[in-house]
Amino acid sequence: MASVVLGLLLGAVLIAVQGHSVSSAYSALVLGGAGDADALLRTLQKATPLVFGGLAVAFAFKAGLFNIGGQGQLLVGAAFAAGVGFGLEGVPLVVHLPLALLVGAAAGAAWGAIAGVLKATSGAHEVIVTIMLNFVAGNLTDWLAANPWQDRSGSNIIARTPLVQPSAEIPTWGWLPAGFVLAVIAAFACWFILERTTYGFEVRSVGANRHAARYAGISVGCIMASTMAVAGLLAGLGGAIESLGVDGRFEAGVNVGLGFEGITIALLARTNPIAVIPAGLLVGLMEAGAAKMQFESGVAPEIIDVIQALILLFVAAPLIVRWLLRLRDRPDAPDRRLTLGAGWGR
Amino acid sequence: MTAGAGPDLATASGVAGVRGWSPQRMWSVAGAVVLVACVWGFYAWDGAQTTAVLGGTVRAATLLVLGAMCGMIGERSGIVNIGIEGQFLMSAFTAFTVASMSGSLFLGVVAGVSTGLAMGWMLAAMSVGLRTDQIIAGTVLNIAALGLTSFFYDRGRSLGQPKYQSIELGPLADLPVVGTALFNRPPLTYLALVLVVVLHVLLLRSVWGMRTTAIGEHPGAAATVGIDVIRLRYWNVTLAGGLAGLGGAYLALESVGTFTRAMSGGRGFLALAVMIFGRRTPLGAYAAALFFGFTTALQGQFQLNDTFDIPAQFVGMLPFVVTIIVVAAAGLFGRMRDPAALGQPYEVR
Repeated sequence: MASVVLGLLLGAVLIAVQGHSVSSAYSALVLGGAGDADALLRTLQKATPLVFGGLAVAFAFKAGLFNIGGQGQLLVGAAFAAGVGFGLEGVPLVVHLPLALLVGAAAGAAWGAIAGVLKATSGAHEVIVTIMLNFVAGNLTDWLAANPWQDRSGSNIIARTPLVQPSAEIPTWGWLPAGFVLAVIAAFACWFILERTTYGFEVRSVGANRHAARYAGISVGCIMASTMAVAGLLAGLGGAIESLGVDGRFEAGVNVGLGFEGITIALLARTNPIAVIPAGLLVGLMEAGAAKMQFESGVAPEIIDVIQALILLFVAAPLIVRWLLRLRDRPDAPDRRLTLGAGWGR
Repeated sequence: MTAGAGPDLATASGVAGVRGWSPQRMWSVAGAVVLVACVWGFYAWDGAQTTAVLGGTVRAATLLVLGAMCGMIGERSGIVNIGIEGQFLMSAFTAFTVASMSGSLFLGVVAGVSTGLAMGWMLAAMSVGLRTDQIIAGTVLNIAALGLTSFFYDRGRSLGQPKYQSIELGPLADLPVVGTALFNRPPLTYLALVLVVVLHVLLLRSVWGMRTTAIGEHPGAAATVGIDVIRLRYWNVTLAGGLAGLGGAYLALESVGTFTRAMSGGRGFLALAVMIFGRRTPLGAYAAALFFGFTTALQGQFQLNDTFDIPAQFVGMLPFVVTIIVVAAAGLFGRMRDPAALGQPYEVR
């Protein structure tokens, strides 16, 4: 919490330096993100892929793996869900929508599993492989949207699919998009799997000490491969919901960057799946309110990226916060420093 | 030491010593010979296009090798730097802005390198001084750079002068095959080439290089023989940032000639792949960078002429798919070992 407050304070300094009114900027930011039903809907829609992306990173962290591939996993999830969404006709909603979501999730899982399997079999750095897979996914989905799946109606030349069938659209109840409900369920499911099941214990064991886990009889390779698949599934689901619930189609280049924000979210949440929800909501609110802030007070919306970086800095370096707040070191305080395991996650 | 693919490296590995030819080295040299033969063949077949592809290769490789060297100095000291992307972006921004305001490209380069040094110092302060998790520290740099450069980005600003132009190096530029690609280049490319060779010697042969390896492998042991681990890590990560800063200046003032939002476009991450690919040696990294640059240049060339009926997106995938295959294969045939203390903060006891 202190980190968030400090980040916002420093952001306020930046706004003031630029000669804008801090109070009107921040009140516009909050009103734009939670002022009325529409604003709330926007915030929740923005928060949904952030929560999924954050979970995709946080889950992999638990096994000591750094998943920078959320972007690619999200893209294939979004593209394939849209493909099923517009391609199937005359199917009832109870079949069509789950099927589209499932295909998107499966595409993401397969994409994530590539990195996990390679890591397990050949020791290839998952960081390198997932970054490369992001570029491959970008190209692949661009091609899908520009060639076989392109919307040929009218004079459309944009690389995008047709709109998905009504039977594949994710409903919105008033200000509450159903996709966000799924995100919350996914967060609790992740927590349950990690903390209350044998599989989750094995995942955390591999993350804590790979060699000890192997001696304890855990198949480290299987755990790494399946962890990356689960991470990919989460990101893919986030992409699928973006296509079926927000954009209504897949369009090349629209979701770029969305997958990387998951890293920020996961770190803000200190890789705790439940804490990913408020972290996603916070960033979602800032993104939803940024447009109104710019409109009413003239502050460039990119300020929220700066604020995010500052918050992340304070979360990452509790020493700075202690120093700024003049907190005394308590020798008995538990070490709350956030670590992701050894370097590249060897 | 590994000499990978790339025509100009056949000579480099020969200089480093012929004694003790490991199978690995034999394969590298054999690969280099085959590559040179191929390039020569293509040159005889279509000189203009081969020259264009080689030129594009060197152009794309320069940025990557600068980033890779920044990463490798950090990693050899035990500090992971995934903030290269942010260092590129931030220094490209200041290099462009200063060059545009002052009208001097040189001042722009100075600003870019200074920004890189400052970013390097920030990374060092976070990961060495405050012992923040290094992956997070790098992520902070990346996000901060994207936010700050977008926030202060002035859409209307232009460089107001031509970007760095090529300088012919006398008769060398008239050599067949490599003449234009290597010896008719803008100044920062030459500087980068010199830095590759100098750093290679320094890292593998000098006292500083040995000490750097020592604090990355076993900082405790290094400290017992009198090396100030914290201090050397601070210096190394900060100075390495200057290399990324030069990369940013190269990107804005020599390669592109302007600044656009998020213009580094993932190449800071690609530089990490190049670094690991090149086994954390500058010459190895340059070979890897040339390979990446080659696929990038090939992609551009494919798009220009419609000789092959392949969708652009599939050609665009090529470098990344090849990287995955090579990284996986390299893992299968003999695993690479990271510096032993990589990623672990060092605390003086």
